[in-house]
Amino acid sequence: MILLWLILVPFIGGLLSLPARRWRDYAPRWLALAALAVDAVLVLTLFADTGAAPKTDWLAQVDWAWIPRFGIRFHLALDGLSLLLVGLTVFLGFAAVLCSWTEIRERQGFFHFNLLWTLAGVIGVFLALDLFLFFFFWEVMLIPMYLLIGIWGHENRAYAAMKFFIFTQVSGLLMLIAILALVFLHYQTTRSLSFDYFELLEADLYPGAARWIMLGFFVAFTVKLPAIPFHTWLPDAHTQAPTGGSVLLAGVLLKTGAYGLLRFVIPLFPGAAQDFAPVAMTLGAVSILYAAKLAFAQTDIKRLIAYTSISHMGFVLLGVFAGNAQALQGAVMTMLAHGVSAAALFMVAGALQERLHTRDMDKMGGLWTLAPRIGAITLFFSVAALGMPGLGNFVGEFLVLLGSFRVDTAITAFAAIGLILAPVYALYVMQRAFHGPASPCEVRDFGIREMGMMLCLIAATAWMGLHPQSMLAYTDARVNGLTRTLAQRGP
Amino acid sequence: MLNLLWLVPFMPLAGFLILTASEGRLPRAYVPWIGAGSVGLSAALAASLAFELLALAPEARVFRQTLWHWMAAGDFGVDFAFYLDALSLNMLLVVTGVGFLIHVYSAGYMADDPSMARFFAYMNLFVFAMLILVLADNLPLLYLGWEGVGLCSYLLIGFWYEKPENGYAARKAFVVTRVGDTAMALGLFLMFSQLGTLDIQEAMARASTQWPAGSALPTAAALLLLGGAVGKSAQLPLQVWLPDAMAGPTPISALIHAATMVTAGVYLIARTHALFALAPEVQTLVAAIGAITLLMSGFSALTQTDIKRILAYSTISQIGYMFLALGVGAWSAAIFHLTTHAFFKALLFLGAGAVILSLHHEQDIFRMGGLRRSLPLVFWTFIVGLAALVALPFTSGYYSKHEILLSAYGSGAAGPWLWAAGTAGAILTGLYSTRLLLVAFFGTERTQAHSHYGSNIGVPLVVLAILSLAGGLAKLPLFPALPETGTEETGGSIGLATTAAPFLGVAIGYLVYRTGTASAEALLQLPGAETLRRLWFSGWGMDWVYDRLFVFPFIALARLNKGDAVDRLYQGIVALTRLGHCMLVPTQTGQLRRYAAGMLFGAALILALGVWS
Repeated sequence: MILLWLILVPFIGGLLSLPARRWRDYAPRWLALAALAVDAVLVLTLFADTGAAPKTDWLAQVDWAWIPRFGIRFHLALDGLSLLLVGLTVFLGFAAVLCSWTEIRERQGFFHFNLLWTLAGVIGVFLALDLFLFFFFWEVMLIPMYLLIGIWGHENRAYAAMKFFIFTQVSGLLMLIAILALVFLHYQTTRSLSFDYFELLEADLYPGAARWIMLGFFVAFTVKLPAIPFHTWLPDAHTQAPTGGSVLLAGVLLKTGAYGLLRFVIPLFPGAAQDFAPVAMTLGAVSILYAAKLAFAQTDIKRLIAYTSISHMGFVLLGVFAGNAQALQGAVMTMLAHGVSAAALFMVAGALQERLHTRDMDKMGGLWTLAPRIGAITLFFSVAALGMPGLGNFVGEFLVLLGSFRVDTAITAFAAIGLILAPVYALYVMQRAFHGPASPCEVRDFGIREMGMMLCLIAATAWMGLHPQSMLAYTDARVNGLTRTLAQRGP
Repeated sequence: MLNLLWLVPFMPLAGFLILTASEGRLPRAYVPWIGAGSVGLSAALAASLAFELLALAPEARVFRQTLWHWMAAGDFGVDFAFYLDALSLNMLLVVTGVGFLIHVYSAGYMADDPSMARFFAYMNLFVFAMLILVLADNLPLLYLGWEGVGLCSYLLIGFWYEKPENGYAARKAFVVTRVGDTAMALGLFLMFSQLGTLDIQEAMARASTQWPAGSALPTAAALLLLGGAVGKSAQLPLQVWLPDAMAGPTPISALIHAATMVTAGVYLIARTHALFALAPEVQTLVAAIGAITLLMSGFSALTQTDIKRILAYSTISQIGYMFLALGVGAWSAAIFHLTTHAFFKALLFLGAGAVILSLHHEQDIFRMGGLRRSLPLVFWTFIVGLAALVALPFTSGYYSKHEILLSAYGSGAAGPWLWAAGTAGAILTGLYSTRLLLVAFFGTERTQAHSHYGSNIGVPLVVLAILSLAGGLAKLPLFPALPETGTEETGGSIGLATTAAPFLGVAIGYLVYRTGTASAEALLQLPGAETLRRLWFSGWGMDWVYDRLFVFPFIALARLNKGDAVDRLYQGIVALTRLGHCMLVPTQTGQLRRYAAGMLFGAALILALGVWS
């Protein structure tokens, strides 16, 4: 039941925040915080119930009949992987609400409605184990996000929102077709119509069909991830979205793509995925380098951070398809660590835009003198993003490369060039925005609310870097299961 | 007592955290106490650990401390664990001891800087990272320290961030060393995939039993680690960042870019010497890199005018000697030279810093002159430092360099060549050191010096001068952490020539610069001399080459594709859709007969298809 409440609380919170605006202007954001606080308590209870390391695969389940005629069930389940990701979602949910505190002045009720519904959709995606239900949540998280970008976005918001919508929708359609194909093929062999994950895991597909269906899922998830060549919606969407939207996009929504690969593509089609691995790993490596190079070329600070997201997600793609324990754990760590660090960087970019009314780094410079706190925090997260050991992102990237080196030395060596390009762009941001001579204007430094939020994110990043084992332990069982599946059913 | 080992690195970390958390609001008087005090406590603790460890029998001088389980995935697992043996103890003492003196000195040097707290915070973080590097029990943890010192180096080179050129130098240092670090990371991956562990001692043991000497795997692994070492230690071909790193405050140049961080590569190779011993070709390469680097940077030092750049090239050259020693298997000689070099090069940089401070940030030696009278303490300590650098007998540098050169001579077929290169380098060292001394400290006073430094600058200079003189006597026994290398007695003439070479350099330098710069300018009139000077001055033009090979193409490519070529594909789809839309719009005319005709035609077509197919 706790799983259902995890989704329902933000759902209801969103509905309530619509009328709440009429009562007080600030009511919706407090309501959003309250809803997230309830969710946080639920997540913490789940963590407490689990203990330091999960002993069983599935920690909690809800399984009700929904549309029995088509074998569709309301099936939610939580394992270590989804627990960590739901935790990340709620954590960044707070960040998204707090960083919109002063930025969003118009239609606050509807804004927080969309924010909370996006969160509810994302949590649903991380929990759903019925493919139809999964698709439902996949769509639920899309539309409020489209509205967030389209209504509260920046100068070119209509274009960005439409681009985001079309990319995701087309890929969602592909996924729907793939789901239906899978279900019908399963029906042909077993005569039982079911969208249930566990039943479909047993589906016996002939290799040709498995390959095509796998590709359908793969494309849907890599659009979301994103990876080359499906990434071009992301720079526009991230740049134009309001800060809270960017935080959710980079921090959480991208992770649904990676989650999909881990939850569905590998377990459902282990053989096809293994055949496809060289291509996917190459795409990952190319994403890392290509996006790093593009990041370096940008002058718009949000666009730059957006490209770095693509670069880091390349490590996830590389790790997932390398498929051994190190690489898979590394992919999960990268998801978590990048979620926090990218969210923090987008919050900095949003804060700068709120203060300077520009995102153009050519118009910045010398900000360290004016706002040393913002400078120090940007420095911290830039350094995290370039993979400094001791911080979370390093653990992820190191494990990914360590694992993928065993699978394919050449691709890994190629991808490792990304380690050289990361400081090139990350330190260039520091130079252009914060170093150099100070301009004679006044910039308000971070206050208590912003510092509190940032210190939480800093603590999380340092914790993931210094004691990653506390996270890795949760996904250990799942990762071992995946490597076993790949070993048994691989070619 | 040994159980307190973890406190040695965590004391400076605490200092960093306190200074950072205070956000510069701490009273200025307290800042140096926290900054230098934390390192001082570490140094005291390290010294007491040294007494305890050295009291044990040589074979028992190993101590391991596991703090927590760092990360594990599948068959991979590493701990946050420290490993103390004679080698890491030697490094521990150098880092905390010299580090403490430089911290004390910084309290005087940075006394007027508004960002003093930030300075000490970065310094403390650096010491923490360096201590992690030398204490690490496994390679990923060593890599943590390795990258950490790189980060602090970046932060401190660009400490005065208002000047964009400082930022450029800082980024250059970080990115160039990152190239080496990436090679090193790949080396780690290779070692893990083949040996199944990244614990240093265990990996070395497995390598020695599993890999035949001279086979491909140890050669590849050693080469990749060497990539990391040449990056951090500023050796060919990645030495280009160090001269520019002098943009930072002078204590930084002393601590990071002379005494400690740049020797990390030497430490890494010594730490993994068992692996390098399995790859004789790579070891020869190490020696060759050392020999060529020491000569090239010796020539470059000869032409520089900036006092810090002279010392920077001299540092590259001296690390070249350490690489030479590593290459010929004289492991402990390399570490010995690392230690003595830390003393005298820190002394020289701090002396240069005192000069620069007294001359209001004048760094050109040709605008100095006559400092012998105005800054007597600096003068005398600087002479001691130079004597050790040149390796005049009875100074610490003499013992260590002599050991290296004799070991090189006796190292097989290439030995005499390596020895000749090292000895030629010693002549060069004598030459450029004499030039620096005579131009800056003798002759007429060209800039008025105001000796405004207090005891916290004077005392470290004196202590380091004593260490530079006597440090050669206090050689820590490194066995069994490093194998003993018996320095067989070489013929008297070779030993004599080795000792005499620096005197030759000094003599030439004296003849040329005795009466000011006139004779040097006369030398430049010789045909081709000016071109050569320019080549040496620019560090053999390697920046020029790298700019054209890597930097400019990358920037050009980035500019060219700023708008992301892949998006063209999707824009193309949009354009096609629009085109289709435009083509179909004219059909919507509103005329009923056209619609009726269209429907009729369509129905006929479909029927026809149905009939014929």
